[in-house]
Amino acid sequence: MRLNDFGIVIVIAVVVTALFLSEKPAPQPPVAAPQPKTMVVLVPDAGGKVGAVSVKSAQGETVINNAYASATTTGNAAPVTGSSSAAQVQQTFGESAKALPPPPVSYTLNFLEGRDEYTPESRQNAENVLRELAKRPAAEITVIGHTDRVGALEYNDKLSLQRAERVRADFIKRGVAEHSISVAGRGEREPLVATADEVAEARNRRVEINIR
Amino acid sequence: MMKRMLAGVRVICLTCVTGLTFVLWPAVPAMAAGDAGQIKVLKGSVVLERDGKTLPATIGTRVMQSDTLKTGAGSSVGVTLLDNTLLSAGPNSVLVIERFAFNSTTHQGHLDAGLKRGTLSMVSGKLAKQSPDAVRVITPTTVLGARGTEFHVQVTD
Repeated sequence: MRLNDFGIVIVIAVVVTALFLSEKPAPQPPVAAPQPKTMVVLVPDAGGKVGAVSVKSAQGETVINNAYASATTTGNAAPVTGSSSAAQVQQTFGESAKALPPPPVSYTLNFLEGRDEYTPESRQNAENVLRELAKRPAAEITVIGHTDRVGALEYNDKLSLQRAERVRADFIKRGVAEHSISVAGRGEREPLVATADEVAEARNRRVEINIR
Repeated sequence: MMKRMLAGVRVICLTCVTGLTFVLWPAVPAMAAGDAGQIKVLKGSVVLERDGKTLPATIGTRVMQSDTLKTGAGSSVGVTLLDNTLLSAGPNSVLVIERFAFNSTTHQGHLDAGLKRGTLSMVSGKLAKQSPDAVRVITPTTVLGARGTEFHVQVTD
């Protein structure tokens, strides 16, 4: 008896399924092919600056250059300008905006005259650099040494490289990955402060560290 | 006569080689050929396609010209290019580094970033600063000229 009931349920299920499967889909009204759409929104950068973006489709071109100005193109049609807001940008672009890498930063460490030793202030500043590096999991670091114009060109080329190498060695000792640091010495060729030859200038005795 | 002709050929050849050197010189990149940047930020599932192969993408992975980055649902990826352009893609996006070249001395070169679908955020770098026409974002319908500095793009179909 129970088995029979079970059989009836199966028969009903099969019939219903067959009905569903045999039912023809209702004729769809003709739909235009989907039109790909592009929207661009210009926003102020971290420093509050607003740039410009030109927008060109097959049938037109425009330029947006105000904060939260937008332009949308649908298919080949000319771009249509409009305006967005911080809230709308957060809603649509929150995920990609959050994935923007931190902007590259630069530091300058100063050195004692004729030596590859940090000045006392720079010793402190080196700690700031290391703290910043700790926040960046895949930092690329460029270390460029410079000198003032006291001494011969060749001497300063060597000294500037020594200074850069000193920074590299310090950073490696503190756990920074060796392969992530590249060094160069520019000698007295790129003074921060222009001076006559053989002038001692503390601000030119430096190492520039670019972190990307 | 024969000797003179040979000498002439030699001069022409030398000129050609010298000329070629000059033509090719500015094209020699400072970094490995095709290198464009590095993945700095990554969330969820992201793959990198290169020469028809699918490679895992992680923080620190180098990105080359012609590479495609694909993000899954709830995923995102951020890249810093050699010219300091910052580029990121939100969930369900397809981002292609179609062209990239950067001369770190002159800051000249070009970037074409293709967004096939999804969202892209960009903060322009040295390329856009050097030349207003150097950086473009190319979508299925639109060519965007990035004259700086920060903007977002969405492609839907």
